[in-house]
Amino acid sequence: MDKVIIAENLSLSYKEFETIISKASFSIDAGSFVFITGASGSGKSTLLKSFYGAIEPRAGHLTVGGVKMSRISTSKLNFLRRHIGIVFQDYKLIKEWTIEKNVMLPLIISGYTKDVSGAQVQKLLGHVKLIHQAGKYPPELSGGEQQRVAMARALAHNPILILADEPTGNLDEYSSEVIWNLLEGANTQLKTTIIVVTHHIPSSINVPYKHFHIELGNIHEVS
Amino acid sequence: MKSLKNHISLIIALFTVLFSVQIYVSVDRTIAAYETRLKNDYSIIVVSSKLLNVSEFKAMDNLIDRSEPIATDQVLERLKAEMSQKNLDLLKLTLPKFYRLYLNRFPTPYEIEKLQKQLQKNPAIERVEGYAQTHDTVYKLMLLFKDVVQVFSIVIAAVTSLLILKEMRLWQFQHAERMSIMALFGAPVWLRSAVLFRLAIVDAIIATCMLCLAFFIINEYGWMDVLLHTVGIKIQLFNFINDSIRSLIIALSVSIVLTLTIVIGQQEEE
Repeated sequence: MDKVIIAENLSLSYKEFETIISKASFSIDAGSFVFITGASGSGKSTLLKSFYGAIEPRAGHLTVGGVKMSRISTSKLNFLRRHIGIVFQDYKLIKEWTIEKNVMLPLIISGYTKDVSGAQVQKLLGHVKLIHQAGKYPPELSGGEQQRVAMARALAHNPILILADEPTGNLDEYSSEVIWNLLEGANTQLKTTIIVVTHHIPSSINVPYKHFHIELGNIHEVS
Repeated sequence: MKSLKNHISLIIALFTVLFSVQIYVSVDRTIAAYETRLKNDYSIIVVSSKLLNVSEFKAMDNLIDRSEPIATDQVLERLKAEMSQKNLDLLKLTLPKFYRLYLNRFPTPYEIEKLQKQLQKNPAIERVEGYAQTHDTVYKLMLLFKDVVQVFSIVIAAVTSLLILKEMRLWQFQHAERMSIMALFGAPVWLRSAVLFRLAIVDAIIATCMLCLAFFIINEYGWMDVLLHTVGIKIQLFNFINDSIRSLIIALSVSIVLTLTIVIGQQEEE
């Protein structure tokens, strides 16, 4: 099976003498569903950031989608990011854009025509049950609704990999269910690799998954 | 309202740059017109013992454009009553030849002095009169005024450019969140900065329109024309085709270069 992520002796840190992840070696198969857990400040989000190039490996090697992340050029990084969907805990929606345009963002970046992106956005807004909110702006929506918009945005361009950082951290039950259903659907129907950073793995999850746990800078697979 | 305020700040700054450049251009134009007027009015009087033609004068100094003989008939006419025809004919033969020399540009005092010496080297030339002193004082004052305006324009352009840079830094902060979100989804720099460039271009066009309007009003009221007319100058202070195109190019260049500076700066921060 193809590997979407390969880490060899990967070390991550923000400051020179403060290692967050130390010499981690692991790989993630294409099309798999992965949970990364760990206590607060254990480095879960830092690891996720390294997958989309927001932080460069301090030592070791990290390959994402066949692209080496050490000293990666801006154009290569942009190319990689155009094939990744990201869901943030704080949603990261563009406040001055409508919900529809926010979902359209990855399609605009990838250069899709208005017709294609319009149809895709309508479909996704239907999936996240927000079709009636398309013309509104993010501050007009609840937290749960905003996260569903972020989820639709992450799926818009059919990415090979979805990275989700605490996607249901502060959400109500209904929004959490919509999010998990969409992630499961993308994994089973589109074979998208899903990596979710979370404190707790939901008991309702219905797909086979891999579980990595981070403790004191070390990553180990939980069987 | 906040966005409108930001627009106005940049538009006013750009307008100030354009206005100072245009003032400099207009002053330059006025001085050039005055120079032409001086050149046309100015001439050197030469007294020669023999007939000289224009090519002979030009050979003496290439500053000479043309020569014009000064007729002596009027003087002789006045003497007609007091002198006999015979004596008049004799006087006519012995009278030196007078010439008015016109130059191809207005000379500096040094050039006049050099030209006078050059002419006096010719044995036939008995006397040369420059009359440059009066013109020269006014001309020097105008050159001084031009230099002051130039320095002033440069200072204004530099200060307002710094203001524009600050204004754009503000824009950058305002758009930083949107730009960073776009970057997370792989948007290239030009796409992330498209809004900044669009704002800069729109504001440059508005500032140019304001400049055209300002000079249209100045032209329409005509008080500058009256002022210039009193010193004998007739010029077009603002050429609506050439000057507006030049101003638009300046405004676009300033705003695009400064936007690029901000965009490149942000990339380095990333």
